Amino acid sequence: MRKVYHKIIQISGNVITVEAEDVAYNELAEVTSARGVSLAQVIRLQDNKVFLQVFAGSRGISTNDQVRFLGRPMQVSGSELLLGRVFNGRGEPRDGRPEISDQQIEIGGPSVNPAKRVIPRNMIRTGIPMIDVFNSLVESQKLPIFSVAGEPYNQLLARIALQAEVDVIILGGMGLKYDDYLFFRNTLDEKGALSRTVMFVHTAADPVVECLLVPDMALAVAESYALNGKRVLVLLTDMTNFADALKEIAITMEQIPANRGYPGDLYSQLASRYEKAVDFDGAGSITILAVTTMPGDDVTHPVPDNTGYITEGQFYLRNGRIEPFGSLSRLKQNVNSRTREDHRAIMDTMIRFYADFKETLEKQSMGFQMSAWDKKLLKYGAMFEAKMMDLSVNIPLEEALDAGWKMLADCFDRTECGIKSDLVNKFWPKK
Amino acid sequence: MENTGTIVGVNGNLLTVEFSGVTMQNEVGYAKLGDIRLKCEVIRVRGCRADLQVFESANNLKVGDQIEFTGELLSVELGPGLLTQVFDGLQNPLPELAEQCGFFLKRGVYLKALDREKVWEFTPSAKPGDRLRAGDAVGSVPEGMFRHQIMTPFAWRGEWTLESVASAGSYKVSDTVAEAVNDKGEKRPITMIQTWPVKVAIDCYKEKLLASESMITQTRSIDTFFPVATGGTFCTPGPFGAGKTVLQHSISQNAEADVVIIAACGERAGEVVEILREFPELTDPRTGRSLMDRSIIICNTSSMPVAAREASVYTAVTLAEYYRQMGLNCLLLADSTSRWAQALREMSGRLEEIPGEEAFPAYLESRIAEFYERAGLVRLNNGKLGSVTIGGSVSPAGGNFEEPVTQATLKVVGCFLGLSRERSDARRYPAIHPLDSWSKYKSVVDPAKIEFARTLLRRGNEVNQMMKVVGEEGTNIDDFIIYLKSEFLDYVYLQQNTFDKVDGATSMKRQQYMFAKIDGVLRSGFDFIDRDDAHRYFLELRQLFIDWNYQAFESGEFKDMESAIDAKIKEHLKNA
Repeated sequence: MRKVYHKIIQISGNVITVEAEDVAYNELAEVTSARGVSLAQVIRLQDNKVFLQVFAGSRGISTNDQVRFLGRPMQVSGSELLLGRVFNGRGEPRDGRPEISDQQIEIGGPSVNPAKRVIPRNMIRTGIPMIDVFNSLVESQKLPIFSVAGEPYNQLLARIALQAEVDVIILGGMGLKYDDYLFFRNTLDEKGALSRTVMFVHTAADPVVECLLVPDMALAVAESYALNGKRVLVLLTDMTNFADALKEIAITMEQIPANRGYPGDLYSQLASRYEKAVDFDGAGSITILAVTTMPGDDVTHPVPDNTGYITEGQFYLRNGRIEPFGSLSRLKQNVNSRTREDHRAIMDTMIRFYADFKETLEKQSMGFQMSAWDKKLLKYGAMFEAKMMDLSVNIPLEEALDAGWKMLADCFDRTECGIKSDLVNKFWPKK
Repeated sequence: MENTGTIVGVNGNLLTVEFSGVTMQNEVGYAKLGDIRLKCEVIRVRGCRADLQVFESANNLKVGDQIEFTGELLSVELGPGLLTQVFDGLQNPLPELAEQCGFFLKRGVYLKALDREKVWEFTPSAKPGDRLRAGDAVGSVPEGMFRHQIMTPFAWRGEWTLESVASAGSYKVSDTVAEAVNDKGEKRPITMIQTWPVKVAIDCYKEKLLASESMITQTRSIDTFFPVATGGTFCTPGPFGAGKTVLQHSISQNAEADVVIIAACGERAGEVVEILREFPELTDPRTGRSLMDRSIIICNTSSMPVAAREASVYTAVTLAEYYRQMGLNCLLLADSTSRWAQALREMSGRLEEIPGEEAFPAYLESRIAEFYERAGLVRLNNGKLGSVTIGGSVSPAGGNFEEPVTQATLKVVGCFLGLSRERSDARRYPAIHPLDSWSKYKSVVDPAKIEFARTLLRRGNEVNQMMKVVGEEGTNIDDFIIYLKSEFLDYVYLQQNTFDKVDGATSMKRQQYMFAKIDGVLRSGFDFIDRDDAHRYFLELRQLFIDWNYQAFESGEFKDMESAIDAKIKEHLKNA
């Protein structure tokens, strides 16, 4: 039986301090107060003082509450029984069904040896032309969606999850609105995907600190499935809330802030989560799609900025559409040469014309005269936005490429496209 | 006497330790956790307490756990067999770790950097009675394409007399190959392996020389406009997505250096995997051997422990200095030094030091300077030249070059290759900004021609700005032609397709040849009927030059296209 401590000598923010012995760094403890039992984690040891972050928050904790150390770090079950279940930020069931305790694994485990990774090779088809054609998603990629509040990023995540050909979907919700949680659950249920989904959901109403564990739990479960040969897609929404929780704890611990109040190790903290995306040499894979909302639509804000340096590209979601400029999949070169021979040509040509269209729009708004060429571009731009960029468009890659050829044929002559002749001869729609 | 201490505090990867005996700044210690030992380094001593950074996760350590001090500074092993290896920041070979521990990097597992069982063919070059100083060779072994010199340990002081040297034959790295005695009569063995503390520069050379020879990278905008010198330093700052890593990969493949050391410091694991898997397959056109044969990869990716990230750049530069001692030209590419600076910042924060700008420690600048100053062209004791060239990429927060790491780096490097978001968005790769970047080294092309071209680029940019306001109609034709010429130069010379075999690597000779032709175009006067005429002409000329770039130098097609270009140039020449 482990010793119980009764003397809390300091309560500051969501961090409490007790005097205790034989406590390990990163160990878990249970804090029993009048409000119930909460988990807490050791975040600093100083002589006989132990600093704990209390996941349920420190409100209502009194100086003589019980602290019992569990002698183990945070664990989560890696069992297949998790499929179809919903858990909260402490890893307890949110769906009223029994707890699962077999196959406990530690969260936040060590990183993968780079020598055991392979170069990603498989495309994940999403049915969204702006992704499949222009910035293909690749198995084991880590990719954030940069967006602002109010944009349909959760809808986009749910759609990609449903259409992606993966074995398991793991959702990590941080500071999720309750409505959004229900939306995810209902959508996955309706489409029959719930049975291959595990959800870790921290809602906006839950104590802030609880969201810190969500990505680690989701990724630990993902890792255990991937090691068993499964292809896992992890959805994390919204990582900005995670970063804000980090900031809160750092400030409480009186750490010197680096940039806009965020701790100096923000990059390392985010990287240790995103880098869990992996294609194992001889086992499954983990692909991470995350949402990062940009406060004030500012990409230089520390959270999107650090994220951009870590991830393999990004999607900008603006005005309900995935922006063709700025959005980037760094791994698309690995896959789009092996889909269909015209894939790269269509990708480059259509984007180039769309860029020209944007310039023409600018000229038009400044009152310059529109030439015949400008008019062609205007026609093309409108068509591109309606038939490619609109998020409601849902077609496989091959159909999207065909639609691209048709659009080019509707607006331009064969010679104006600058595509290699053998491709034009093969794919140019016959009237 | 065994020196030990007891942990009294754990804060992230920082341990506070009470010690009884003597401790030394930057001394290595091991924290004992059950039957594993975690490597740490002393970074501050106050009274009887020392602060140590742990090169691993500190999870499960307790107050009261024991620390063993080793009395040694953080060191690396130097000897034959380093080339082609992949190490982590502390010189643990990663493939061997994977064999032993599987998918994940296990805490507390440290392997020897050099294979103790491998046998090398030693040939002596010194004879008994020879006077030796630290760094002087006693013999050599073949390592890939090089003669790997077996040198008197760099740490030995004063003069030594060689007493015996092994005869030619097969030896393991730890076998004694020579014995030397100093004036005090102290006798020491020389093996093929020696250790050196990573944070100290190896200084066993006669003098440091001015870096003046160009190091050809085969990237046109670098070699022609912003050249890098052998033994010089350069930095490539740029926002994310501007192509820093692609540029570094291209330099690592094409640069004319003998040994290339890549330090992947706190960046994506995926990028390292690409190097790991692709380098062995690529051949170095200069030697006909695999690119891996001349490379060492130090890989401490972003999710690996932060303290080891700090050590990784030092490990890398020490290995570069070691090969320099053999008279080789070594190129060290560090991607990214910002992550290294952030590691410093994290530790400084935990030490509760008073922060400088953006919470970086006050000693950031001096540390950066110290690191880049380890580059240089040196004359060795035997008269031969050797060099270390350092190129660091910088990842400024928000892409803003005003931040402390970029500014501190700019002060100490000889060449600044600024990558711009504007150019990368316009898909103008490499995104090295032709107006903002600078270099203090000598170009492979006549400086007067470069100055002319840069002036033209500047003027073209001004005209372009003006055109955005007044439109093409409001621009006079002379200005318009300047703009077209600057765009022409950009498209056919500055832009380069890294992924193409021919275009991706342009030899010095070809650069000089091409640039002469382009210079001719830029200086020529043309007669055009109107702007559309000029526009069309330059588009056609541009297309010809771009196609020309994809033809192997001096091949039949190359010459055919050249005559087509010459004909095209004559079409509109004023005095033709």
